[in-house]
Amino acid sequence: MGNLLSLTTFIPLVGAAILALFLRGNDEAAQRNAKWVALATTVATFIVSLFIYGQFDPSNTGFQMVEEREWLLGLQYKMGVDGISVLFVMLTTFLMPLVIASCWTVESRVKEYMIAFLILETLMLGVFMALDLVLFYLFFEAGLIPMFLIIGIWGGVNRIYASFKFFLYTFLGSVLMLVAMVAMFYHAGTTDIEVLLSPDVTFASDPLTVLGLNVMGGAQTLMWIAFFASFAVKMPMWPVHTWLPDAHVQAPTAGSVVLAAILLKMGGYGFLRFSLPMFPVGSEVMGPLVLWLSVIAIVYTSLVALVQEDMKKLIAYSSVAHMGYVTMGIFAVNQQGIDGAIFQMISHGFISGALFLCVGVIYDRMHTREIDAYGGLVNRMPAYALIFMFFTMANVGLPGTSGFVGEFLTLMGIFQVNTWIAVIATTGVILSAAYALWLYRRVVMGDLIKESLKTISDMTTRERAIFAPLVFMTLLLGVYPAPVLDAIGPSVEALVANYETAVQTYEAANQLAAN
Amino acid sequence: MIAADLQIVLPEIVLAVYAMAALLVAVYTTKDGMAPLLTWATSGLFVLMGVWIAINGNGTNVAFGGMFVDDGFARFSKVVILLSAAAILLMSEAYMQRRDLLRFEYPLLLALAVVGMMVMVSAGDLMALYMGLELQSLALYVVAALRRDSVKSTEAGLKYFVLGALSSGLLLYGASLTYGFAGTTLFSGIIKAVSTDVSLGLLFGLVFLIAGFAFKVSAAPFHMWTPDVYEGSPTPVTAFFATAPKVAAIALFARVVHDAFGGVVGDWQQIVALLSVASMFLGAIAAIGQTNIKRLMAYSSIAHMGFALMGLAAGTAFGVQAMLIYMAIYVVMNIGTFAFILSMERDGDVVTDITALKSYSTKEPLRALAMLVLMFSLAGVPPMVGFFGKFYVLRAAYEGGHAWLAVAGVIASVIGAFYYLRIVYYMYFGEETEGLNGKLSPVLWVACMGSALVLAIGWLPGINLFGIEPAAAAAAATLVN
Repeated sequence: MGNLLSLTTFIPLVGAAILALFLRGNDEAAQRNAKWVALATTVATFIVSLFIYGQFDPSNTGFQMVEEREWLLGLQYKMGVDGISVLFVMLTTFLMPLVIASCWTVESRVKEYMIAFLILETLMLGVFMALDLVLFYLFFEAGLIPMFLIIGIWGGVNRIYASFKFFLYTFLGSVLMLVAMVAMFYHAGTTDIEVLLSPDVTFASDPLTVLGLNVMGGAQTLMWIAFFASFAVKMPMWPVHTWLPDAHVQAPTAGSVVLAAILLKMGGYGFLRFSLPMFPVGSEVMGPLVLWLSVIAIVYTSLVALVQEDMKKLIAYSSVAHMGYVTMGIFAVNQQGIDGAIFQMISHGFISGALFLCVGVIYDRMHTREIDAYGGLVNRMPAYALIFMFFTMANVGLPGTSGFVGEFLTLMGIFQVNTWIAVIATTGVILSAAYALWLYRRVVMGDLIKESLKTISDMTTRERAIFAPLVFMTLLLGVYPAPVLDAIGPSVEALVANYETAVQTYEAANQLAAN
Repeated sequence: MIAADLQIVLPEIVLAVYAMAALLVAVYTTKDGMAPLLTWATSGLFVLMGVWIAINGNGTNVAFGGMFVDDGFARFSKVVILLSAAAILLMSEAYMQRRDLLRFEYPLLLALAVVGMMVMVSAGDLMALYMGLELQSLALYVVAALRRDSVKSTEAGLKYFVLGALSSGLLLYGASLTYGFAGTTLFSGIIKAVSTDVSLGLLFGLVFLIAGFAFKVSAAPFHMWTPDVYEGSPTPVTAFFATAPKVAAIALFARVVHDAFGGVVGDWQQIVALLSVASMFLGAIAAIGQTNIKRLMAYSSIAHMGFALMGLAAGTAFGVQAMLIYMAIYVVMNIGTFAFILSMERDGDVVTDITALKSYSTKEPLRALAMLVLMFSLAGVPPMVGFFGKFYVLRAAYEGGHAWLAVAGVIASVIGAFYYLRIVYYMYFGEETEGLNGKLSPVLWVACMGSALVLAIGWLPGINLFGIEPAAAAAAATLVN
């Protein structure tokens, strides 16, 4: 199977094409067929992707299952996975069947909805597998189109504002990255990520003066900033996170799940794939800034989450806070920090996805996300109360759930680098317990007073089936994190070692120049 | 000697003779009754000439003592001009017919304009340049005012004429200064004079020439005529303005700055870069307030010309290659978009207000999808081919040492993305309205779907932009060396 990766990537696209070309009509049968085709496609993709995981050899730190083809302009179509990307691929293929299953109750333009999600899956998988700068950019940007349509067509009342904000914000971030990619192409003579990652290819780090400002780390810092603009928006980091709450609130449930569970991870993946290994000097120069932005995000957005009236908005702000741990762990640049960051991203994929699904369950019944509209749900929905409780605890980072492992590792990583930042970031754990538990109390606990809630029904079998795999993964990784940590360990070790060598070389050269 | 020269200009002669002969025949026989036939015949002849030039041409041939140059660059531009003109002419037939505008002069005037364009891109001398430019312009002034009983159309024709004459005047002034200081009108002579000593007078000449070209490509700040002329002209004529003449004008621009002033790249590079930035931002920002789709496309074309000029501003062979690729992609995008615009009707009346597109996707899903592809391509969002056009010019600008130009360009493209998205938004998210009920004729259907398909899949490995990359590289290599 020489082209396993391309196969996995393009199965969803084939499913979308089948839907587009062969499914006619808009009656109930056609809608049901569309959902089943989409579900079958995503399940098939997941099964095929299990072969990737099976064939993957964690001890090999290079790229595996590489495919290469000529493309235009000296670019190439090149795909491959390594320890850093393989789990994101698995996360995507694992979550997509659940996402499709969660939109079973959608009734308007079902066929188009399914096509949009299938195309989006292809593009997300492409992002994590692409080994060519421009190919990466292509997948990265193209994902905006289906997401723009998902928010705009199937979203809430204020969907138009949210979809434009989402698109233009992320587009502005990414185009600067494109210019940096053009610069890298020019200076390195190739867009092959595998070559660019090798320690032999380095970009100039002599100080430069741009518009009267002296830039330490020179061209590397400038390129780092351009990439940062893209990934920080995608992540999203404070202060460029404002598109996320809007997008989440207006997006349909399945859209929110994809956004929180997978699309946000592209930012963190980008930092690990590009910023750290390709611009080590730039990262070293700008790293402290990222660390401070991360702690601000953790504390500030946790406080903002406390006062939200809208459940989705609250979870969206909580996502920003959790992504703060990720960026903090990444830019601690040590084994624990980066291990923790990747772990946190994977685990957040399950937990935030599940939380948005929890909101979706009651939204489907009551058509409101206002926290005040609920209360005492435990009386009529015991199963729901249990599931929601479980994921609330996981979100807080209760030991025994996967949320704990990620937060703990990132905090341990940062503690070795900067104690103050670690201390401030730890307060975030307390704050997250505050907003998450308070939300839970207001929605689920208490007496069932509200007239409208008196007839609400508990979760259906379909809904329980969607949550089951998520509960399983959250618990499994919470008590036995080895499947993730073993897969990423050697690759992260190599990444950290290369980074430290590059930084030492740079500092030695600076010393020499100073003497 | 003369025979050999005539051999080189044969395509132009064939077209010119055809146009005049057909004019006489039509005048003395059935007049407008012949118009549909002439439309198809002219269009067929364009395609034939395009194929002939693409297959037969090789090497660099010079005719009439250097006045006329037939090289790879000219041939690439001519093929793009001829094929796009053929497509637009076919697309306009049904539209013009229904509005009683299909006069027999229409295809013949376009044929003459195309002859003018072919002379422009092959010009090796300031006189030949001016001849070609005027032949093109005069034919186009007339077609702009084709709808004689419409105030807007006559206004468009008049505005186009007055401002076009002004730009011709500027250009002639520049040409005479150049002649005066270089002592020759031949590009090959000017480049020799320039390489030894760039006098102030020659620089003035260069600046006036560039101002004249900027008028023709409608680059800011010489763009003022574009929105009015686009809006007032009949839609097929607008579609024509947006494609072939733009290619011709920008090719001529590249020809003059490289063939005649190639030795002093640094002197014109800054001017072109400034035109480029101004056009990109003006096109992006001014279009935001437009609700008329023809005016919107006018500003869109201004912005796109800014991007094409970015390639030229690089001052390298790769820059010219990027510019040619950009123009080829731009033409395909515009043909598709205008095919769609030509079908925008409600009960037979032309509709140009973009709010009429509301909820279009529920009624015509396939056409809405094609338009979606075209809009994202115009905005330069990958994976549509429009992105690759932008990628080429950005790379050219960066490699030419204009990193700031590349950064300005991408920021402008984000601003510009807003109004393309707005069309998608109306089609897909808009509330139900009266809507449109125009039909796509088979020709329009093929043009719209075909170009959308090309833009959606043209980048795939194995298709590789249909091989225009090596063709453009070869063309650029003959111009810049």
